[in-house]
Amino acid sequence: MTVPELHEITLRVNGVAYRTRVPARRLLSDCLRHDLGLTGTHVGCEHGVCGCCTVLVDGQPARSCLMFAVMAEGCEVTTVEGLAAPDGTLSAVQRAFAECHGLQCGFCTPGFLTVLTAFLTENPKPTEEEVVEAISGNLCRCTGYQNIVAAALRAAEILREERAEEIVAAGDGDGAEPERAREEAAE
Amino acid sequence: MKPPPFTYHAPTTVGEALGVLAELGPEGKVLAGGQSLIPLLNMRLAVPPHLVDINRIPELAYVRVDAGGVRVGALARHAELERHAGAYQAVPLLRQALQLVAHPVIRNRGTTVGSIVHADPAAEMPAVLALLGGTVELARKDRRRTVGAADFFLGPLESCLEPGELALAVHFPHLPGRTGTAFVELARRHGDYALAGLAAAVTLDEDLRVAHARAAYVGVAPVPLVVDLTDAVRGVSAAGERSWTLAGRLAQSEVQPEADIHATAEYRRHLVGVLTARALHQAAQRALPEPGPDRTETTP
Ligand SMILES: Cc1cc2nc3c(=O)[nH]c(=O)nc-3n(C[C@H](O)[C@H](O)[C@H](O)COP(=O)(O)OP(=O)(O)OC[C@H]3O[C@@H](n4cnc5c(N)ncnc54)[C@H](O)[C@@H]3O)c2cc1C
Ligand code: FES
Ligand code: FES
Repeated sequence: MTVPELHEITLRVNGVAYRTRVPARRLLSDCLRHDLGLTGTHVGCEHGVCGCCTVLVDGQPARSCLMFAVMAEGCEVTTVEGLAAPDGTLSAVQRAFAECHGLQCGFCTPGFLTVLTAFLTENPKPTEEEVVEAISGNLCRCTGYQNIVAAALRAAEILREERAEEIVAAGDGDGAEPERAREEAAE
Repeated sequence: MKPPPFTYHAPTTVGEALGVLAELGPEGKVLAGGQSLIPLLNMRLAVPPHLVDINRIPELAYVRVDAGGVRVGALARHAELERHAGAYQAVPLLRQALQLVAHPVIRNRGTTVGSIVHADPAAEMPAVLALLGGTVELARKDRRRTVGAADFFLGPLESCLEPGELALAVHFPHLPGRTGTAFVELARRHGDYALAGLAAAVTLDEDLRVAHARAAYVGVAPVPLVVDLTDAVRGVSAAGERSWTLAGRLAQSEVQPEADIHATAEYRRHLVGVLTARALHQAAQRALPEPGPDRTETTP
């Protein structure tokens, strides 16, 4: 067998450009973990079933074990390491997981956090049923789904509160806006 | 659980892709969303020497609604088709079925054309294509051809795609007026492949009685199995709560389910009966004319 050729690729992960050389068969999950040292992305099954390896590719959740690193060239990848603010402040979804005991052993957590981050951007006011559908592709071996669902709903609440505060702080509009924003957040 | 080595090609136009595929012949395999192919590689169930990645060919990324129905390019993701309002209006069965295809995250990358070429007898979109009598557009360097669903699926994971061929698009024709559709299945967990299921279409006559009913089954035959159920339900009133079990029984006599680790053949046959009745009832309800629009709800 011939030695597989290496591909020189540039990956943008969490806003940082990384240059690396990989064989075509390198899975994105392995590239993130082994080549870039971003071990927050976890690998469970490597056939798309468990969801632990989920990252955001151009803002959309995707299985990093079902993509080759060469396919991600030119895409914006966000891993769990990229969810917190640059100063380390945890994102609303991360805080809600801590608050509601959505974390057990933590193995599945990165996948849940990335999926929910994208989901709550698209659907800021989900029902419990919609949350369950959104995380239906993620398995938690500790089987603590109750608290994970509660954390997702709490995260939605925090995000709405934050948005309301932003609108109040901005203070523009017709004057009725802060009131409306607060009411909406409270619902 | 790591993929075997392969040579990677990333053409940026259809012409370039067809050139590479022609050169590679049986050595080349198309990589679309990778949601079926990469698991097969990771499990070493497939060992293709060359992969031709079509993800850099933007001209294949489209969903178009035309007078005849919905045309879906090879790079349109399940999620894009699912969200497409025009496609839903023209062929509601598309969204009804896509909601049952895997999980939302898989649908973000998996393509509808890839799912059809993959020809898994448990997959939803091949059954949709079969029920609607849709077509697949195939291209080779020196030839293009359009194949109807009835000739496209040859067996489990086997379509009539030849080495060197690229599926450019699939076309889902829309159904005549007063026709309702439904996709009903039973999976062990929502998003998993179904143990058994069907896409159903029911057409009503002017008196809102069943004029025509047919279904395409998943998980109970080597290819999507289309069965005409009209004889069992002709004249049934769509508005009534009348039982549809006769159609279920007719369907049971037509399918050839197999047993596997998840279900016995007998259980699958039982499911076919129950799910058929449920799907036809739902499809018939949807075929009824909509009650007039509520004036207060209309937006300017
Ligand atoms: C966890 C999980 C659960 C799933 N559950 C379901 C489910 O419930 N129902 C369901 O229907 N599917 C399910 N799938 C499969 C998913 O729907 C895939 O999207 C689909 O089967 C294949 O599409 P793809 O674009 O990913 O194709 P790929 O994986 O890239 O390719 C699949 C095959 O088709 C060929 N191919 C693809 N596109 C072309 C083309 N344009 N021309 C020629 N050949 C082509 C490839 O060579 C390969 O042989 C599941 C997948 C996973 C990982
Ligand atoms: S490791 Fe990717 S889905 Fe399980
Ligand atoms: S927290 Fe342990 S696997 Fe989910």
